[in-house]
Amino acid sequence: MHLTIYWQNFTPGSALLGGMLIGFGSALLVIFRGKIAGISGILGGLIDTDSTANSHRLWRGLFLIGLVSSSFVYQLFAPLPESNISASFGTLIFAGLLVGFGTRMGAGCTSGHGICGLSRLSIRSLIATISFMFSGFVVCYLFLHVLRMG
Amino acid sequence: MKNIITFVTGLIFGLGLIISGMTNPDKVIRFLDIGGIWDPSLMFVMFGGIAVAFVGFKFVQNKSQTVFDDTIHLPGTTHISKELVIGSLLFGAGWALAGFCPGPALVALGAGYKEAFIFVMAMIVGMTIHDHFFKVCGK
Repeated sequence: MHLTIYWQNFTPGSALLGGMLIGFGSALLVIFRGKIAGISGILGGLIDTDSTANSHRLWRGLFLIGLVSSSFVYQLFAPLPESNISASFGTLIFAGLLVGFGTRMGAGCTSGHGICGLSRLSIRSLIATISFMFSGFVVCYLFLHVLRMG
Repeated sequence: MKNIITFVTGLIFGLGLIISGMTNPDKVIRFLDIGGIWDPSLMFVMFGGIAVAFVGFKFVQNKSQTVFDDTIHLPGTTHISKELVIGSLLFGAGWALAGFCPGPALVALGAGYKEAFIFVMAMIVGMTIHDHFFKVCGK
């Protein structure tokens, strides 16, 4: 397979800077609150109806309110970069179900396993990260180049 | 004070997602599309994130409590289960189809994208199906 790089859209600087802010947020959360910044775990725990989750609802809610308001805060200083979404509504629903179910089953997503877990040198998170990256590449290839649905 | 910090932490995390390009599904898909014209930019998100978070986790490594006397909760499981692998494979599939993972979807929801709203609703349903039906049946 021939690999072609999309140099016009290559943005390593902003990706690195954004990544560092994500890492900084994760560091602050564990230092000041003692918690892991795993978004699927935080959202899943917040909507968990089990009463054992009650004592965690405050910090989870506050973190997510901060996360959801970040677009608003960003556009106070600069125009918000566009989110270009090509997926159809059907694909969005199917993908959302997979992401919700899969992150709960695998106990984490790109943030909890990919950033926090790997930073903690967790083998479990390394296996999880390899798994979701692998299926991400494979499914993307199948969807765009075999089924040609993109 | 710690509640304000928690809110700010979520805010910084979200700003990082916006700046990095993670909240743009087309960019995410171009990153996963190694068969097309590949945009490797988002690999640098992981480099930057790990470099900084690593220092944070080193800082709390031998501590059991935060400055606010809260217990530090670090995952203690080391078992590599089939759920870990299958769940992560399913997550990767959904991520590639829509270009959204949970954090960026919530940020885009906050920016008012109806597609993100649909995705987040389906994601919550998926989480609920797992936690209330699947996990319960497995026990």
